[in-house]
Amino acid sequence: MTRLLTQSKACPMGDADLVCLLQQQFPHPLIEQGTVDGIPTVWVDASHVGALLRYCKHELQPSYAMLYDITAIDERVRSHREGQPASDFTLIYQLLSLTGNAFVRIKVALMDSHLRVDTQCDVWPNANWYERECHDMFGIDFVGHPNLYPLIIPPTWKGHPLRKEHPARATEMEPFSIDEQMQDEEQEALRFVPEQWGMQREGKNTDYMFLNMGPNHPSVHGVFRVAVQLNGEEVVDAVADIGYHHRGAEKMGERQAWHTYMPYTDRIDYLGGVMNNLPYVMGVEKLADIQVSSRVETIRVMLSECFRIQSHFLFFGTFAQDIGQMSPIFYIFADREMLFGIIEAITGGRMHPSWFRIGGVAQDLPQGWDVMMREFLARMPKRLDEYQKMVLDNRIIKQRTVGVGRYTSEQAIDWGITGGGLRATGYDWDMRKRMPYSGYDNFDFDVPLGTNGDCYDRAMVRLQEIRQSLRIIQQCVDHMPEGPYKADHPLTTPPPKERTMKDIETLIHHFVHSSWGPAIPAGEVCLPIEASKGLNSYYLVSDGSTTSYRTRIRTPSFAHLQMIPTMSRGMMVADMIAIIASIDFVMADVDR
Amino acid sequence: MSPVVNNLLNVVLILVCVVFGAALLTWLERRLLGIWQDRYGPNRVGPFGTLQIVADMIKLLMKQDWVPPFADRLIFIVAPAFAMFVVVAAFAVIPMAPGVGVVDLNIGLLFFLAMTSLGVYAVMFGAYASDNKYAMLGGLRAAAQMVSYEVFMGLSLMGVVMLAGTFNLRELVLAQADGWFIGPQIVGFFIFFMAGIAESHRTPFDLPEAEHELTAGFHTEYSGMKFAMFFIGEYVSVLMSAAMITVLFFGGWLGPAWLPPLGWFLLKTMTLVLLMILIRGSLPRPRYDQLMTFGWKFMLPLALINLLITSALILI
Repeated sequence: MTRLLTQSKACPMGDADLVCLLQQQFPHPLIEQGTVDGIPTVWVDASHVGALLRYCKHELQPSYAMLYDITAIDERVRSHREGQPASDFTLIYQLLSLTGNAFVRIKVALMDSHLRVDTQCDVWPNANWYERECHDMFGIDFVGHPNLYPLIIPPTWKGHPLRKEHPARATEMEPFSIDEQMQDEEQEALRFVPEQWGMQREGKNTDYMFLNMGPNHPSVHGVFRVAVQLNGEEVVDAVADIGYHHRGAEKMGERQAWHTYMPYTDRIDYLGGVMNNLPYVMGVEKLADIQVSSRVETIRVMLSECFRIQSHFLFFGTFAQDIGQMSPIFYIFADREMLFGIIEAITGGRMHPSWFRIGGVAQDLPQGWDVMMREFLARMPKRLDEYQKMVLDNRIIKQRTVGVGRYTSEQAIDWGITGGGLRATGYDWDMRKRMPYSGYDNFDFDVPLGTNGDCYDRAMVRLQEIRQSLRIIQQCVDHMPEGPYKADHPLTTPPPKERTMKDIETLIHHFVHSSWGPAIPAGEVCLPIEASKGLNSYYLVSDGSTTSYRTRIRTPSFAHLQMIPTMSRGMMVADMIAIIASIDFVMADVDR
Repeated sequence: MSPVVNNLLNVVLILVCVVFGAALLTWLERRLLGIWQDRYGPNRVGPFGTLQIVADMIKLLMKQDWVPPFADRLIFIVAPAFAMFVVVAAFAVIPMAPGVGVVDLNIGLLFFLAMTSLGVYAVMFGAYASDNKYAMLGGLRAAAQMVSYEVFMGLSLMGVVMLAGTFNLRELVLAQADGWFIGPQIVGFFIFFMAGIAESHRTPFDLPEAEHELTAGFHTEYSGMKFAMFFIGEYVSVLMSAAMITVLFFGGWLGPAWLPPLGWFLLKTMTLVLLMILIRGSLPRPRYDQLMTFGWKFMLPLALINLLITSALILI
C-alpha cells in the first residue's frame, strides 16, 4: 500500500498521480497512503507542511485553492494502521481544487510529547477556526496562531473531548451539579473582553460600544453569539462566538454502531433531513464495498432534493422576516407543510426521517407517491413566482440587500465558502455537476448563478435553486427505475429479512447485525455532497469494528459563519442582520 | 342634563372607549394578520377569540412588577405612564360627532401636534432609564425618527389649515361639507399618513423597536403592566392617527344620513386602521439611514411643494 517515492520515478499522466507529481516537484520526502475513497493522501513532516500547503495553493496546476477542512485523529489506540508512519495524533489538511474538481489530503504525524505545528492562518484565513477547533478537541498547539482561545468548548473546560481517554457518556463521569459560585464563574468566563481580540475601547473621537448579540437574539437563528464593536450604528468589528449548540456529534460517532448513528446525522443540519444521511451512508457503503441499485440512488436523490427545497424555503422565509417582512414565511410554511405531507407519506417522518440505510433505504416507495408529488410539482411554479414578486422584487428589500455583505469569488474561495454563497458571486461550481455522486449525472438541471455576491444574490440564487430541484424531482417522478430498494450484501443494515427463518447462516447474520451492528472493514473514506447549504461530508475512519474509529463532520455552515466579521465591517447594525439572514446557516450545522 | 354632567360623561366614555378600543385592536390586528397570512390567529378564548384581550390583560396584570436593579427607577416608572398620557391627551381634541368630544379648542390642531411631539420623550425616558444597550440604540433611533418625521407632519397639515382657515378641528370638519380635503390635499394626506405610521412606530417605521435587530428596542427591559402601557399606547396612537386623518381629510362625521354621524366617524377610522394593519402585513423594514434620507430628502420637499402650490392656488 505504502511506498516511499523517489525522485527519479517517472510519473504516468492522469489525476490519480498527483502524489507522484508532488513528489517530483516538492523537495521534501512524502509518504503516500492508499484510501478507499481514492482521494490522494500524503504524509509530510510537520516542519514541511506549510511549504507543501503553500505549494498546493500557489504553484500546483490545477491549484488547490480552497482549504476544505483541518481535523485530527487520535491514533493511540487504533490497530489497523498498516504502512502509516508512527503517530499519536494525526493532523489532516484536506484541500479542494475547484478548477481541477479534486481533493487532496495531507497528513502530519504528531507525537504526544510534541503536539505543535505552524499555523496556516496566513495562507488561508479560514484556517483560524479549524485550528482553534483542533486545539479544543485534541490539544494540538498551532504556533503563530493569532488567538487560540477555546472556540467550541467553554473557556473553563478541562480536557480535550475528542481524545480517546475523554469519556463519551455522562454515565462514565461523576454526576454533574453546578452551585451558585460555579455558575457565576462560568458566566464571568463568557464575558467579552475586547482587548483579547485586539480591539480598542476608544477611537479617535469616540468611545466604542460593545454590543453582545446573542446567544439569545431573534435574528441569530439559534444560539449564536456575535460581539459587535459599534461606532454609533456602524459596525467597526465583530467577533463571532460559537459552541452553544455543540452536542459532541463527532464523539457520538465513536460510540454508536454504524447503523445507529444514522439518526444523529439528521440532526446536524436539522433542516436537511435525509440529505444528511447521504454522505454518511455513501461513505459507509464505500468502506463496505456495497453497490446500490439505480432505484435506491434515484430515491435518495429525490428525497434529498425535497429537503433542499424545504431548507431553502425556510431560508427564504426567514430572510424576508429578518428584513422586517412578516408575511412570506407564513405562505412558505403552507408549502413546507404540503411537502412534509409527502415526505411523511414516503418515510413516515417529517423533519428527521433518518430514512436512508447502509445499502439502501428503509422501505420501498408507497403506492401513489407519484400522484402526491405531481400535485406538488404542479402547484409550486406559480407560488415561486409570487415569492419572487413579494420579496425579491420589493424595492425596500432591494435597498436593504443589494450591495450589502458583498464578497468576491476569490474571497469566497479563501474563506472556504461553498454552495449558494459561492455561486452568488458568479462562480459556477456545483458538486452535483462537477463531481457527480448518487447518479446526479443522469439529471438535467441548471446551476443558478449570481453576479455580485451580495445578500440579494444569495437569496436569489437559492430561490432559483428551488426551481431546479423541482426539475430534478420531476425527472425522478417520470423515470423512477425499477429494482430492489436495498442492496443484496452481507453488510447491508438491517439485513434483508426474507430468508432469515429458512437458513441458519442468514439468521445468524441477521441476529448479529441487528444486535451489535455490522463490522465495517478498516479504511478511511470521505465522500462530500452538495448539501443545501454547501459542501458537507463525513470523514469516516474505520478500524474494522462495529463503531467508527473517528467521525469527522465537515459542515458548510461552520466555514460560512467564520466570514461574518469580514462581511460586516463598516456596515450598519441592520445590514449585519441582513448578512446573517442571507448566509443560510443553522447552529446545529456549525457546532455539531 | 347639565353641561357639567354631559362633559363628564363624554370624558369618561371616550377614555374608556379609546383604551378598550385600543385593546380590542390588538386582537383585531392579530386576527386580521392571521387571515391574510393563511392561518387562524387567536380564536380560542371566547367567540372568535375576542376574549383574548381579557386573557392578555390578566396575564400582564399578574406579572411581577419588575424594575431592573440597574435602571433609573423613577424615570423607568414614569416613562410608560407618560407615553400613555400624551396619546390619550391628544385624543381629547378630536371631534367625533356633533356633541361628542372632550374639548373644543380653537387651537385643537396645534394641541394635537404638541402632544404627539411630547411622545418622543416617553420613548427616550424609557430607553435612557433602562440602561440597556439595545434600548439605547432603539431610543436613539426613535428620537431621530420622531423629530424628523414631525417636521413634515406639521407641514403636511398646513394645506388643510389654509383651505379651512382655522385650527379648530370642529370647524375643519364643517369646512368639508362641500367636499372632503382628500381631493385638494391628496399629497398632504399621503404625507400625514406616513408620518402617522412613523409616530406610532409601526412597520415599515418600526425601527425603534425593530425586533430582528434590537430585540424589543426601547422597551426591552419592560414587562407586565409597564410594557402594556407602551404597547397599548402605540395602539391608541394608531387609533389617533386614523381618527385625525378622518377628521382632516375625510370629512369627519359627515356622510349620508343612513348612518348616524358617530357611525360615519367610526367607519372611516376603522377603514384607515385596517389599511395600517395591511401595510404592516406586507412591507419590509428600511434601514435607519434610508428612512432618514427618505424623510428629509423626499417627504420634506414634497410637503413644502404641496404647501407652495396650495397657497398659490388660494391666492389666485
